[in-house]
Amino acid sequence: MELDAALPDAARLDIVVSGLASDAHTWNLVYLQLVLEEMGHRVTNLGACVPDGLLTSRCEQAGPDLVVLSSVNGHGFQDARRVIGPLRARLAGTPVVVGGKLGVDGAGGRAEALLAAGFDAVFEDADAIAAFRCYVDRLAAGVRS
Amino acid sequence: MTGGSFGGYVARAAAAGELVVQPRMGVAHPARMRAGLAAVRGAGVRAAGTITVDSFTRVGDHHAVRKALATGADLNGYPIAAHPTETTRSVLDGLHGPGFPVQVRHGSACPQKIVAALLAAGLDATEGGPLSYCLPYSRVPVAESVRAWAESCLLLSDARERGARPHLESFGGCMMGQLCPPGLLVAISVLEGLFFRQHGIDSMSLSYAQQTDPDQDAEAVAALRTLAAEHLSDVDWHVVLYTYMGVFPRTPRGATALLERSAELAVRTGAERLIVKTTAEAHRIPTVTENVTALVTAAAAASRAEPRGAAEDTGVLAEARALVDAVLDLAPDVGIALVRAVERGYLDVPFCLHRDNAGRTRAFVDTDGRLQWSRLGALPLPAGRAVPAADPTADELLRSLTHVERIFDRA
Ligand code: B12
Repeated sequence: MELDAALPDAARLDIVVSGLASDAHTWNLVYLQLVLEEMGHRVTNLGACVPDGLLTSRCEQAGPDLVVLSSVNGHGFQDARRVIGPLRARLAGTPVVVGGKLGVDGAGGRAEALLAAGFDAVFEDADAIAAFRCYVDRLAAGVRS
Repeated sequence: MTGGSFGGYVARAAAAGELVVQPRMGVAHPARMRAGLAAVRGAGVRAAGTITVDSFTRVGDHHAVRKALATGADLNGYPIAAHPTETTRSVLDGLHGPGFPVQVRHGSACPQKIVAALLAAGLDATEGGPLSYCLPYSRVPVAESVRAWAESCLLLSDARERGARPHLESFGGCMMGQLCPPGLLVAISVLEGLFFRQHGIDSMSLSYAQQTDPDQDAEAVAALRTLAAEHLSDVDWHVVLYTYMGVFPRTPRGATALLERSAELAVRTGAERLIVKTTAEAHRIPTVTENVTALVTAAAAASRAEPRGAAEDTGVLAEARALVDAVLDLAPDVGIALVRAVERGYLDVPFCLHRDNAGRTRAFVDTDGRLQWSRLGALPLPAGRAVPAADPTADELLRSLTHVERIFDRA
């Protein structure tokens, strides 16, 4: 793809995209994968309903530059807060972010608790994708080049 | 005992010319679940009740359910396998009966515990299927889901011994919620109906979800009825239509108009039951009040609508028939045929990430607003059924996914 060529190899990130344990939605994951690939990065998509143990072991194996978690079923806050501990235990320095519809009430405001729990960034707002692209661009520039 | 059954209730409503309307509704707390059912029963429309099960229970994480209940954290449904049977019985007591059947809705590839819990609570109607609750809902291998659903059908059909007539609905018409062409939706519904029948279920419903174009949808529901009449003439069946299952309009006006179009489609096509969506759909889990409003809106739109003549034949029936026939040819046992069909890509759901799904088909919304194949993979269909196109970029995919939302929010 031409877009790939635009990115110097050093700035290409290896990224794991994954749903959380209780969440079956996948259009979010398909979309995020395309967004990241079009930005020139390599994506491993773990799909839906990924149990905590599988997520941590697959991330440990892959040793990615970034882990992107997405949940929209309303249990995201609970699922994300539970899995970040075990993830951090294996990937101490790897950026791990989460986004989507993280509660059942349509309200945001869960970012602070998730950042405190160990996430590097939380994307809950309507302009989440724009903010996310900037975040990934900064990471690609900083980490490798 | 047909009089007391879910299928019997829908048949009586249909005979009286009334569409049964039904919400999707589930909250963790028993008292609030009961209040929700009571409000639906009291809505003044011909309704069926719903208990929607939470996602932790769906994936079998009973530990997470107990933790959420203990800490008061929100759940996105009613944890039917965690609450004691007596609690669920008291939720239903005096509400559920011949005049108000209640269906349990769950989305689980391995639903045995859920089925056991609903039977213990005195219920006998639920939904799903070995493909429709596996491919879009889980990472359970299809072969395992087929076994689990065979067991669940047996559990359910055993309830006939206590005088019930259990009812099972195929969710096959809603694959992925969006961007699955009608021929495949119809085929999966019919095939799951055949699977249910093989495992002892004799009262069932076949689903179809409103897609992007009303004429294409009318053609699809007619195709569903034709194939069901051919294949399932010896069981009780009806058609359940779903209000659009994809990305929903964000404005109350757009959401309400889309709901009304689905009620009109139900009447136009003779669907006997409609699962509604609310104005909260794009944003969050709806409140009971929002659900009641949706039921009343849908019933009113249905009562104003007229049945209409057949839609133009653009080949949906032939496509669905080709898929059903090719799958049934793979094995005399429907479950084995389904497993082989997925393996060979005869049933291949576009954009579905499940590991057993071949993932070689693609679909898109064309410039006329109709759902089309762009890649057929190994589907046993003539090449002419696809309009070849490059795989979508992120923006193009989002444009297909939000086609309906944009039309209704703009109007
Ligand atoms: C399609 C759909 C389904 C399909 C999914 C098929 C599949 N395998 O993907 C089916 C029918 C199977 C389904 C099932 C369920 N669903 Co559903 N579903 C939807 C629906 C209609 C559209 C979602 C969609 O496709 N969006 C398109 C994608 C591309 O966008 P997105 O997911 O919205 O994500 C966007 C942003 O949130 C953001 N984003 C998401 N994640 C991340 C992560 C990062 C890092 C970033 C930066 C951004 C980001 O980017 C995306 C693009 O803007 C929505 C309602 C709606 N929006 O209209 C409900 C909805 C998401 N579902 C919901 C629920 C609850 C369920 C169920 C639990 C059933 C139920 N109780 O109703 C089950 C799931 C079971 C389970 N175990 O989880 C709720 C969630 C409620 C909440 N959070 O408050 C919604 C909002 C509907 C509702 N109002 O009740 N669903």
